[in-house]
Amino acid sequence: MDYTPDEMMTIVAARQLTDGVSCFVGIGLPSAAANLARHLHAPESILIYESGTIGTKPVALPLSIGDEELAETSDTIVPLPEIFNYWLQGNRVDIGFLGGAQIDRFANLNSTVIGTYDNPNVRLPGAGGAPEIASMAKEVFIIMPLKKRAFVEKIDFITSAGFLEGSHSRTDLGFNGSGPSIVITDLGILRPDPESKELTLTELYPGVKEEQVQENIGWKLKIAKNVQVVEPPRDEELQKLRELKKA
Amino acid sequence: MAEIASLQEAVQTLIADHESVALEGFTHLIPQGAGHEIIRQGKKDLTLIRLTPDLIYDQLIGMGLVKKLIFSWGGNPGVGSLHRFRDAVEHQWPRELELEEHTHAGLANRYVAGASGLPFMVMKGYQGTDLLKNTKNAAVIDCPFTGEKVAAVAAINPDTTIIHAQQADRKGNVQLWGITGIQKEAAFSAKKVIVTVEEVVDKIEPRPNAVFLPSFTIDAVCKVPGGTYPSYALDYTKRDNQFYKKWDSISRDRNTFMNWMERHVLQTKNTEEFLRSLEGVVT
Repeated sequence: MDYTPDEMMTIVAARQLTDGVSCFVGIGLPSAAANLARHLHAPESILIYESGTIGTKPVALPLSIGDEELAETSDTIVPLPEIFNYWLQGNRVDIGFLGGAQIDRFANLNSTVIGTYDNPNVRLPGAGGAPEIASMAKEVFIIMPLKKRAFVEKIDFITSAGFLEGSHSRTDLGFNGSGPSIVITDLGILRPDPESKELTLTELYPGVKEEQVQENIGWKLKIAKNVQVVEPPRDEELQKLRELKKA
Repeated sequence: MAEIASLQEAVQTLIADHESVALEGFTHLIPQGAGHEIIRQGKKDLTLIRLTPDLIYDQLIGMGLVKKLIFSWGGNPGVGSLHRFRDAVEHQWPRELELEEHTHAGLANRYVAGASGLPFMVMKGYQGTDLLKNTKNAAVIDCPFTGEKVAAVAAINPDTTIIHAQQADRKGNVQLWGITGIQKEAAFSAKKVIVTVEEVVDKIEPRPNAVFLPSFTIDAVCKVPGGTYPSYALDYTKRDNQFYKKWDSISRDRNTFMNWMERHVLQTKNTEEFLRSLEGVVT
Protein backbone atom coordinates (compact mmCIF):
# COMPACT_ATOMS: atom_id res chain seq x y z
CA MET A 1 0.00 0.00 0.00
CA ASP A 2 1.17 3.57 -0.69
CA TYR A 3 1.70 5.78 2.31
CA THR A 4 2.58 9.37 3.17
CA PRO A 5 5.66 10.47 5.21
CA ASP A 6 3.22 11.57 7.88
CA GLU A 7 1.67 8.11 8.10
CA MET A 8 5.11 6.52 8.25
CA MET A 9 6.09 8.84 11.10
CA THR A 10 2.94 8.02 13.10
CA ILE A 11 3.35 4.28 12.55
CA VAL A 12 7.04 4.33 13.54
CA ALA A 13 6.04 6.22 16.69
CA ALA A 14 3.35 3.65 17.47
CA ARG A 15 5.89 0.82 17.14
CA GLN A 16 8.00 2.34 19.93
CA LEU A 17 5.28 1.74 22.52
CA THR A 18 5.62 -1.63 24.21
CA ASP A 19 2.56 -3.29 25.68
CA GLY A 20 1.64 -2.51 29.28
CA VAL A 21 3.41 0.85 29.58
CA SER A 22 1.79 3.97 30.97
CA CYS A 23 2.00 6.75 28.44
CA PHE A 24 1.30 10.47 28.84
CA VAL A 25 -0.22 11.57 25.55
CA GLY A 26 -0.65 14.96 23.89
CA ILE A 27 -3.08 15.85 21.12
CA GLY A 28 -2.20 15.38 17.45
CA LEU A 29 0.54 12.99 16.31
CA PRO A 30 1.22 11.56 19.80
CA SER A 31 -2.46 10.79 20.32
CA ALA A 32 -2.71 9.13 16.90
CA ALA A 33 0.44 7.06 17.52
CA ALA A 34 -0.50 5.96 21.04
CA ASN A 35 -4.01 4.94 20.04
CA LEU A 36 -2.73 3.09 17.00
CA ALA A 37 -0.36 1.13 19.26
CA ARG A 38 -3.23 0.36 21.63
CA HIS A 39 -5.30 -1.03 18.77
CA LEU A 40 -2.43 -3.15 17.42
CA HIS A 41 0.37 -4.57 19.57
CA ALA A 42 -0.13 -2.72 22.87
CA PRO A 43 -3.73 -3.34 24.03
CA GLU A 44 -2.72 -3.19 27.70
CA SER A 45 -0.98 0.18 27.47
CA ILE A 46 -2.42 2.85 29.73
CA LEU A 47 -3.03 6.14 27.96
CA ILE A 48 -3.07 9.22 30.18
CA TYR A 49 -4.18 12.63 28.96
CA GLU A 50 -3.34 15.73 30.96
CA SER A 51 -7.03 16.43 31.56
CA GLY A 52 -6.72 13.72 34.22
CA THR A 53 -8.26 10.90 32.18
CA ILE A 54 -6.37 7.68 32.90
CA GLY A 55 -6.65 4.47 30.90
CA THR A 56 -8.72 6.01 28.13
CA LYS A 57 -9.81 3.86 25.19
CA PRO A 58 -11.18 6.23 22.55
CA VAL A 59 -12.60 4.76 19.35
CA ALA A 60 -12.21 8.03 17.44
CA LEU A 61 -9.19 10.31 17.86
CA PRO A 62 -10.12 13.20 20.16
CA LEU A 63 -9.78 16.84 19.03
CA SER A 64 -8.85 18.06 22.51
CA ILE A 65 -7.28 16.48 25.59
CA GLY A 66 -10.66 16.67 27.32
CA ASP A 67 -13.21 15.43 24.77
CA GLU A 68 -16.14 13.53 26.29
CA GLU A 69 -14.91 10.40 24.50
CA LEU A 70 -11.84 10.43 26.77
CA ALA A 71 -13.88 11.01 29.92
CA GLU A 72 -16.41 8.33 29.06
CA THR A 73 -13.89 5.60 28.15
CA SER A 74 -11.38 6.17 30.97
CA ASP A 75 -10.71 3.90 33.95
CA THR A 76 -10.76 6.96 36.17
CA ILE A 77 -10.59 10.74 36.03
CA VAL A 78 -8.38 12.53 38.52
CA PRO A 79 -8.05 16.25 39.31
CA LEU A 80 -5.15 18.23 37.85
CA PRO A 81 -2.97 18.53 40.98
CA GLU A 82 -3.16 14.74 41.22
CA ILE A 83 -2.29 14.02 37.59
CA PHE A 84 0.79 16.26 37.79
CA ASN A 85 1.89 15.70 41.40
CA TYR A 86 1.08 12.04 42.06
CA TRP A 87 1.25 10.52 38.60
CA LEU A 88 3.88 12.46 36.69
CA GLN A 89 6.04 13.81 39.53
CA GLY A 90 5.41 10.61 41.50
CA ASN A 91 7.22 8.70 38.76
CA ARG A 92 4.26 6.66 37.53
CA VAL A 93 4.52 7.60 33.87
CA ASP A 94 6.75 5.40 31.71
CA ILE A 95 6.61 7.29 28.44
CA GLY A 96 5.91 10.92 27.61
CA PHE A 97 5.21 11.86 23.99
CA LEU A 98 6.22 15.41 22.99
CA GLY A 99 6.57 17.70 20.00
CA GLY A 100 7.35 21.37 19.63
CA ALA A 101 7.89 24.26 17.24
CA GLN A 102 11.70 24.09 17.56
CA ILE A 103 14.23 21.50 18.67
CA ASP A 104 18.03 21.71 19.00
CA ARG A 105 20.79 19.10 18.78
CA PHE A 106 20.36 18.20 22.45
CA ALA A 107 16.61 17.69 22.06
CA ASN A 108 15.60 20.78 24.01
CA LEU A 109 12.16 21.94 22.86
CA ASN A 110 10.57 25.32 22.30
CA SER A 111 6.79 25.76 22.26
CA THR A 112 6.70 29.31 23.67
CA VAL A 113 7.89 31.99 21.21
CA ILE A 114 9.68 32.46 17.91
CA GLY A 115 11.85 35.56 18.34
CA THR A 116 12.52 37.23 21.67
CA TYR A 117 10.27 36.59 24.63
CA ASP A 118 9.37 40.24 25.17
CA ASN A 119 8.79 41.04 21.52
CA PRO A 120 8.04 37.76 19.73
CA ASN A 121 7.51 37.33 15.99
CA VAL A 122 5.23 34.42 16.72
CA ARG A 123 3.58 33.80 20.03
CA LEU A 124 3.05 30.03 20.45
CA PRO A 125 0.67 28.45 22.99
CA GLY A 126 3.35 27.93 25.65
CA ALA A 127 4.33 25.24 28.11
CA GLY A 128 1.20 23.37 29.15
CA GLY A 129 2.27 20.05 30.62
CA ALA A 130 5.32 19.65 28.39
CA PRO A 131 8.13 20.81 30.74
CA GLU A 132 7.13 18.37 33.47
CA ILE A 133 6.60 15.55 30.99
CA ALA A 134 10.08 16.25 29.59
CA SER A 135 11.72 16.19 33.01
CA MET A 136 9.64 13.55 34.83
CA ALA A 137 8.42 10.86 32.45
CA LYS A 138 10.82 7.94 32.73
CA GLU A 139 11.51 8.20 29.00
CA VAL A 140 10.49 10.77 26.37
CA PHE A 141 9.60 10.13 22.73
CA ILE A 142 9.65 13.20 20.48
CA ILE A 143 7.70 13.30 17.22
CA MET A 144 8.41 16.17 14.82
CA PRO A 145 8.43 16.39 11.02
CA LEU A 146 11.81 17.57 9.71
CA LYS A 147 11.99 21.24 8.72
CA LYS A 148 14.94 23.58 8.69
CA ARG A 149 13.08 26.21 10.67
CA ALA A 150 12.15 23.63 13.33
CA PHE A 151 15.46 21.76 13.69
CA VAL A 152 17.66 24.72 14.56
CA GLU A 153 21.16 25.41 15.89
CA LYS A 154 19.75 27.47 18.77
CA ILE A 155 16.13 27.45 19.90
CA ASP A 156 14.60 30.79 20.86
CA PHE A 157 13.27 29.62 24.23
CA ILE A 158 13.82 26.47 26.28
CA THR A 159 10.28 25.43 27.19
CA SER A 160 11.08 21.77 27.87
CA ALA A 161 14.52 20.49 28.76
CA GLY A 162 16.10 17.72 26.74
CA PHE A 163 19.79 17.26 27.48
CA LEU A 164 20.39 21.02 27.92
CA GLU A 165 24.08 21.58 27.00
CA GLY A 166 24.63 17.86 26.40
CA SER A 167 26.82 15.34 28.25
CA HIS A 168 25.85 15.25 31.96
CA SER A 169 24.18 18.68 32.14
CA ARG A 170 20.73 17.08 32.44
CA THR A 171 21.64 14.55 35.13
CA ASP A 172 23.30 17.38 37.11
CA LEU A 173 19.85 18.87 37.65
CA GLY A 174 18.54 15.63 39.16
CA PHE A 175 15.49 15.15 36.98
CA ASN A 176 13.35 12.06 37.62
CA GLY A 177 13.30 11.01 33.99
CA SER A 178 16.12 9.94 31.72
CA GLY A 179 15.09 12.29 28.90
CA PRO A 180 14.41 11.86 25.19
CA SER A 181 15.46 8.47 23.87
CA ILE A 182 14.26 8.97 20.31
CA VAL A 183 13.23 11.70 17.88
CA ILE A 184 10.85 10.30 15.28
CA THR A 185 10.68 12.43 12.13
CA ASP A 186 8.98 12.01 8.76
CA LEU A 187 12.25 10.90 7.10
CA GLY A 188 14.10 8.92 9.73
CA ILE A 189 15.01 8.49 13.37
CA LEU A 190 17.50 10.42 15.51
CA ARG A 191 18.76 9.15 18.87
CA PRO A 192 20.99 10.84 21.44
CA ASP A 193 24.64 9.73 21.51
CA PRO A 194 25.18 7.76 24.76
CA GLU A 195 28.01 10.06 25.89
CA SER A 196 27.62 13.52 24.35
CA LYS A 197 23.80 13.26 24.12
CA GLU A 198 23.92 14.91 20.70
CA LEU A 199 21.15 13.73 18.37
CA THR A 200 22.49 11.29 15.81
CA LEU A 201 20.83 9.86 12.69
CA THR A 202 20.46 6.13 13.34
CA GLU A 203 17.65 4.99 11.02
CA LEU A 204 16.25 6.07 7.66
CA TYR A 205 12.86 5.34 6.16
CA PRO A 206 12.79 3.31 2.91
CA GLY A 207 14.00 5.32 -0.08
CA VAL A 208 15.27 8.27 1.98
CA LYS A 209 18.89 9.43 1.63
CA GLU A 210 21.06 10.86 4.41
CA GLU A 211 21.41 14.15 2.51
CA GLN A 212 17.65 14.68 2.55
CA VAL A 213 17.71 14.57 6.33
CA GLN A 214 20.68 16.95 6.56
CA GLU A 215 18.98 19.38 4.14
CA ASN A 216 16.16 19.79 6.65
CA ILE A 217 18.31 20.29 9.72
CA GLY A 218 19.96 23.57 10.71
CA TRP A 219 23.12 22.07 12.23
CA LYS A 220 25.77 19.65 10.99
CA LEU A 221 24.07 16.36 11.78
CA LYS A 222 25.98 13.47 13.32
CA ILE A 223 25.39 10.23 11.48
CA ALA A 224 25.73 6.77 13.02
CA LYS A 225 28.21 4.26 11.57
CA ASN A 226 25.59 1.78 10.46
CA VAL A 227 22.40 3.60 9.57
CA GLN A 228 19.58 1.06 9.42
CA VAL A 229 16.51 1.16 7.17
CA VAL A 230 13.17 0.99 8.94
CA GLU A 231 10.55 -1.52 7.80
CA PRO A 232 7.82 0.23 5.75
CA PRO A 233 4.25 0.33 7.12
CA ARG A 234 2.47 -2.99 7.09
CA ASP A 235 -1.02 -3.07 5.60
CA GLU A 236 -2.71 -3.65 8.95
CA GLU A 237 -0.88 -0.66 10.45
CA LEU A 238 -1.97 1.63 7.64
CA GLN A 239 -5.53 0.36 7.61
CA LYS A 240 -5.95 0.81 11.36
CA LEU A 241 -4.41 4.30 11.29
CA ARG A 242 -6.74 5.41 8.49
CA GLU A 243 -9.70 3.88 10.28
CA LEU A 244 -8.85 5.81 13.46
CA LYS A 245 -8.47 9.08 11.57
CA LYS A 246 -11.77 8.60 9.79
CA ALA A 247 -13.78 7.63 12.88
CA MET B 1 -24.24 30.96 51.84
CA ALA B 2 -24.75 31.08 48.12
CA GLU B 3 -27.53 33.16 46.72
CA ILE B 4 -29.39 31.86 43.72
CA ALA B 5 -28.98 34.88 41.47
CA SER B 6 -29.20 35.86 37.85
CA LEU B 7 -25.85 35.79 36.09
CA GLN B 8 -26.27 39.46 35.24
CA GLU B 9 -26.65 40.33 38.90
CA ALA B 10 -23.80 38.09 40.05
CA VAL B 11 -21.32 39.59 37.57
CA GLN B 12 -22.50 43.09 38.41
CA THR B 13 -22.06 42.74 42.16
CA LEU B 14 -19.13 40.31 42.45
CA ILE B 15 -16.73 41.48 39.73
CA ALA B 16 -15.21 44.94 39.68
CA ASP B 17 -12.92 46.65 37.18
CA HIS B 18 -9.18 46.10 37.80
CA GLU B 19 -9.79 42.87 39.71
CA SER B 20 -8.44 39.38 39.03
CA VAL B 21 -10.82 36.75 37.76
CA ALA B 22 -10.29 33.03 37.14
CA LEU B 23 -12.85 31.42 34.84
CA GLU B 24 -11.60 27.86 35.22
CA GLY B 25 -12.43 24.72 33.32
CA PHE B 26 -10.04 22.27 31.71
CA THR B 27 -11.61 21.64 28.28
CA HIS B 28 -14.76 20.48 30.09
CA LEU B 29 -17.21 22.78 31.97
CA ILE B 30 -15.74 26.06 30.74
CA PRO B 31 -17.90 28.96 31.97
CA GLN B 32 -18.25 30.68 28.58
CA GLY B 33 -21.66 32.16 29.39
CA ALA B 34 -20.22 33.99 32.41
CA GLY B 35 -17.38 35.27 30.23
CA HIS B 36 -19.91 36.70 27.78
CA GLU B 37 -21.72 38.46 30.60
CA ILE B 38 -18.42 40.08 31.67
CA ILE B 39 -18.00 41.28 28.07
CA ARG B 40 -21.57 42.62 27.93
CA GLN B 41 -21.00 44.57 31.14
CA GLY B 42 -17.64 45.81 29.85
CA LYS B 43 -15.63 45.08 32.98
CA LYS B 44 -12.24 46.74 32.47
CA ASP B 45 -8.53 46.20 33.14
CA LEU B 46 -9.01 42.67 34.35
CA THR B 47 -6.26 40.27 35.31
CA LEU B 48 -7.40 36.93 33.96
CA ILE B 49 -6.10 33.68 35.38
CA ARG B 50 -6.47 30.23 33.85
CA LEU B 51 -4.35 27.22 32.95
CA THR B 52 -5.85 26.97 29.47
CA PRO B 53 -7.15 30.30 28.22
CA ASP B 54 -9.26 29.26 25.26
CA LEU B 55 -12.02 30.80 23.18
CA ILE B 56 -13.67 32.84 25.93
CA TYR B 57 -10.34 34.37 26.99
CA ASP B 58 -9.54 35.04 23.32
CA GLN B 59 -12.83 36.98 23.23
CA LEU B 60 -12.19 38.92 26.44
CA ILE B 61 -8.66 39.80 25.24
CA GLY B 62 -9.89 40.78 21.76
CA MET B 63 -12.51 43.08 23.30
CA GLY B 64 -9.74 44.97 25.13
CA LEU B 65 -10.91 44.12 28.64
CA VAL B 66 -7.77 42.35 29.81
CA LYS B 67 -4.67 44.01 31.24
CA LYS B 68 -2.79 40.90 32.32
CA LEU B 69 -3.03 37.18 31.66
CA ILE B 70 -1.67 34.55 34.04
CA PHE B 71 -1.70 31.20 32.23
CA SER B 72 0.10 28.02 31.23
CA TRP B 73 -1.15 27.12 27.72
CA GLY B 74 -2.85 29.55 25.35
CA GLY B 75 -4.09 27.79 22.25
CA ASN B 76 -7.20 26.46 20.55
CA PRO B 77 -6.92 22.78 21.53
CA GLY B 78 -6.35 20.51 18.54
CA VAL B 79 -6.89 23.44 16.15
CA GLY B 80 -4.02 25.90 16.53
CA SER B 81 -3.54 29.48 17.66
CA LEU B 82 -5.74 31.80 19.63
CA HIS B 83 -5.56 34.67 17.15
CA ARG B 84 -6.81 37.46 19.41
CA PHE B 85 -4.31 36.43 22.10
CA ARG B 86 -1.53 36.36 19.50
CA ASP B 87 -2.54 39.71 18.05
CA ALA B 88 -2.43 41.25 21.54
CA VAL B 89 1.04 39.82 22.29
CA GLU B 90 2.54 40.31 18.83
CA HIS B 91 0.95 43.64 17.84
CA GLN B 92 -0.54 45.03 21.06
CA TRP B 93 -4.01 45.01 19.50
CA PRO B 94 -6.36 46.23 20.84
CA ARG B 95 -4.01 46.94 23.75
CA GLU B 96 -0.85 45.67 25.35
CA LEU B 97 -1.24 42.42 27.24
CA GLU B 98 0.99 41.70 30.20
CA LEU B 99 1.85 37.99 30.55
CA GLU B 100 2.79 35.81 33.44
CA GLU B 101 3.31 32.26 32.34
CA HIS B 102 3.75 28.94 34.04
CA THR B 103 3.56 25.25 33.39
CA HIS B 104 0.24 23.46 34.02
CA ALA B 105 1.72 21.81 37.09
CA GLY B 106 3.09 25.15 38.30
CA LEU B 107 -0.15 27.08 38.00
CA ALA B 108 -2.14 24.14 39.39
CA ASN B 109 0.12 24.16 42.44
CA ARG B 110 -0.25 27.94 42.80
CA TYR B 111 -3.99 27.34 43.20
CA VAL B 112 -3.32 24.49 45.66
CA ALA B 113 -1.21 26.87 47.79
CA GLY B 114 -3.91 29.53 47.55
CA ALA B 115 -6.63 27.06 48.51
CA SER B 116 -4.54 25.73 51.42
CA GLY B 117 -3.72 29.11 52.93
CA LEU B 118 -0.01 28.57 52.27
CA PRO B 119 2.42 31.19 50.86
CA PHE B 120 3.76 28.74 48.27
CA MET B 121 3.84 25.13 47.12
CA VAL B 122 6.86 23.01 46.43
CA MET B 123 7.27 20.92 43.32
CA LYS B 124 9.83 19.65 40.88
CA GLY B 125 10.08 21.25 37.47
CA TYR B 126 10.90 24.69 36.03
CA GLN B 127 14.63 23.94 36.32
CA GLY B 128 16.51 23.97 33.06
CA THR B 129 13.77 25.99 31.33
CA ASP B 130 13.65 29.66 30.34
CA LEU B 131 10.33 30.00 32.16
CA LEU B 132 12.17 30.70 35.41
CA LYS B 133 13.85 33.84 34.00
CA ASN B 134 10.53 35.29 32.93
CA THR B 135 8.23 34.43 35.80
CA LYS B 136 8.65 36.07 39.16
CA ASN B 137 6.25 33.72 40.94
CA ALA B 138 8.43 30.64 40.53
CA ALA B 139 11.83 30.17 42.16
CA VAL B 140 14.32 27.41 42.89
CA ILE B 141 14.90 26.78 46.61
CA ASP B 142 16.77 24.25 48.74
CA CYS B 143 14.81 21.59 50.58
CA PRO B 144 15.46 22.26 54.30
CA PHE B 145 15.67 18.52 55.03
CA THR B 146 17.64 17.01 52.15
CA GLY B 147 19.18 20.03 50.45
CA GLU B 148 17.61 18.96 47.16
CA LYS B 149 16.83 21.81 44.74
CA VAL B 150 13.08 22.16 44.27
CA ALA B 151 10.81 24.72 42.66
CA ALA B 152 8.59 26.97 44.77
CA VAL B 153 5.51 28.56 43.23
CA ALA B 154 3.72 31.42 44.96
CA ALA B 155 0.11 31.06 46.08
CA ILE B 156 -2.51 32.57 43.83
CA ASN B 157 -5.76 33.98 45.23
CA PRO B 158 -8.10 35.33 42.56
CA ASP B 159 -10.52 38.06 43.58
CA THR B 160 -13.24 35.98 41.92
CA THR B 161 -13.35 32.46 40.56
CA ILE B 162 -16.11 31.42 38.20
CA ILE B 163 -16.78 27.77 37.39
CA HIS B 164 -19.59 25.85 35.73
CA ALA B 165 -21.21 22.76 37.25
CA GLN B 166 -23.89 20.29 36.25
CA GLN B 167 -26.14 20.75 39.28
CA ALA B 168 -27.05 22.94 42.21
CA ASP B 169 -29.86 22.56 44.73
CA ARG B 170 -32.07 25.36 46.01
CA LYS B 171 -29.78 25.97 48.99
CA GLY B 172 -26.88 26.65 46.63
CA ASN B 173 -24.94 23.41 47.11
CA VAL B 174 -23.17 22.41 43.92
CA GLN B 175 -22.08 19.14 42.32
CA LEU B 176 -19.85 18.69 39.28
CA TRP B 177 -18.33 15.58 37.73
CA GLY B 178 -16.39 14.24 34.76
CA ILE B 179 -13.14 16.10 34.11
CA THR B 180 -13.07 18.45 37.09
CA GLY B 181 -9.60 19.84 36.40
CA ILE B 182 -8.53 22.54 38.83
CA GLN B 183 -11.98 23.91 39.64
CA LYS B 184 -12.06 22.92 43.31
CA GLU B 185 -8.70 24.56 43.98
CA ALA B 186 -9.65 27.63 41.92
CA ALA B 187 -12.83 28.02 43.96
CA PHE B 188 -11.16 27.45 47.34
CA SER B 189 -8.34 29.90 46.60
CA ALA B 190 -10.67 32.75 45.59
CA LYS B 191 -12.10 35.56 47.68
CA LYS B 192 -15.46 35.34 45.85
CA VAL B 193 -16.98 32.41 43.97
CA ILE B 194 -19.64 32.31 41.26
CA VAL B 195 -20.94 28.98 39.96
CA THR B 196 -23.11 28.73 36.86
CA VAL B 197 -25.06 25.47 36.55
CA GLU B 198 -26.97 23.46 33.98
CA GLU B 199 -29.78 22.65 36.35
CA VAL B 200 -31.18 23.54 39.78
CA VAL B 201 -32.64 20.41 41.42
CA ASP B 202 -34.66 19.88 44.59
CA LYS B 203 -32.17 17.42 45.98
CA ILE B 204 -28.69 16.56 44.76
CA GLU B 205 -28.12 12.84 44.40
CA PRO B 206 -24.53 12.38 45.54
CA ARG B 207 -22.28 10.79 42.91
CA PRO B 208 -19.15 8.88 43.86
CA ASN B 209 -16.03 10.89 43.11
CA ALA B 210 -17.93 14.02 42.14
CA VAL B 211 -16.77 17.39 43.40
CA PHE B 212 -19.29 18.73 45.92
CA LEU B 213 -19.10 22.36 46.97
CA PRO B 214 -21.28 23.24 49.97
CA SER B 215 -23.29 26.41 49.69
CA PHE B 216 -21.18 28.24 52.28
CA THR B 217 -18.12 28.09 49.97
CA ILE B 218 -19.96 29.94 47.20
CA ASP B 219 -21.29 33.49 46.83
CA ALA B 220 -23.66 33.13 43.91
CA VAL B 221 -25.19 30.25 41.97
CA CYS B 222 -26.69 31.10 38.59
CA LYS B 223 -28.72 28.84 36.37
CA VAL B 224 -27.18 29.06 32.88
CA PRO B 225 -28.09 25.95 30.84
CA GLY B 226 -25.73 25.51 27.90
CA GLY B 227 -23.41 28.03 29.57
CA THR B 228 -20.30 26.12 28.58
CA TYR B 229 -20.91 26.11 24.82
CA PRO B 230 -18.84 25.21 22.75
CA SER B 231 -17.33 23.31 25.68
CA TYR B 232 -19.61 20.78 27.36
CA ALA B 233 -21.15 19.56 30.58
CA LEU B 234 -20.83 15.77 30.77
CA ASP B 235 -24.27 14.06 30.75
CA TYR B 236 -25.95 17.34 29.72
CA THR B 237 -24.36 18.75 26.57
CA LYS B 238 -21.84 17.74 23.87
CA ARG B 239 -18.59 19.49 22.98
CA ASP B 240 -19.00 21.23 19.61
CA ASN B 241 -15.67 20.43 17.98
CA GLN B 242 -16.86 22.05 14.74
CA PHE B 243 -17.22 25.37 16.51
CA TYR B 244 -13.68 25.17 17.88
CA LYS B 245 -12.49 24.66 14.29
CA LYS B 246 -14.69 27.48 13.06
CA TRP B 247 -13.34 29.87 15.69
CA ASP B 248 -10.05 29.82 13.82
CA SER B 249 -11.52 31.74 10.89
CA ILE B 250 -13.84 33.92 12.97
CA SER B 251 -10.99 35.13 15.16
CA ARG B 252 -8.21 35.41 12.56
CA ASP B 253 -9.35 38.76 11.20
CA ARG B 254 -10.01 41.75 13.48
CA ASN B 255 -13.14 42.91 11.68
CA THR B 256 -14.69 39.47 11.36
CA PHE B 257 -14.08 38.99 15.05
CA MET B 258 -15.59 42.35 16.05
CA ASN B 259 -18.65 41.77 13.89
CA TRP B 260 -19.15 38.32 15.34
CA MET B 261 -18.86 39.64 18.90
CA GLU B 262 -21.28 42.46 18.11
CA ARG B 263 -23.87 40.16 16.60
CA HIS B 264 -23.65 37.17 18.94
CA VAL B 265 -22.53 38.58 22.28
CA LEU B 266 -23.12 42.34 22.56
CA GLN B 267 -26.52 42.22 20.84
CA THR B 268 -27.75 39.23 22.83
CA LYS B 269 -28.96 39.56 26.40
CA ASN B 270 -27.97 36.20 27.82
CA THR B 271 -26.72 32.69 27.05
CA GLU B 272 -30.12 31.55 25.79
CA GLU B 273 -30.21 34.35 23.20
CA PHE B 274 -26.54 33.80 22.38
CA LEU B 275 -27.18 30.12 21.63
CA ARG B 276 -30.27 30.99 19.58
CA SER B 277 -28.26 33.52 17.56
CA LEU B 278 -25.94 30.73 16.48
CA GLU B 279 -28.69 28.49 15.16
CA GLY B 280 -28.26 28.00 11.45
CA VAL B 281 -25.02 29.97 11.55
CA VAL B 282 -22.78 27.38 13.10
CA THR B 283 -23.99 23.80 12.95
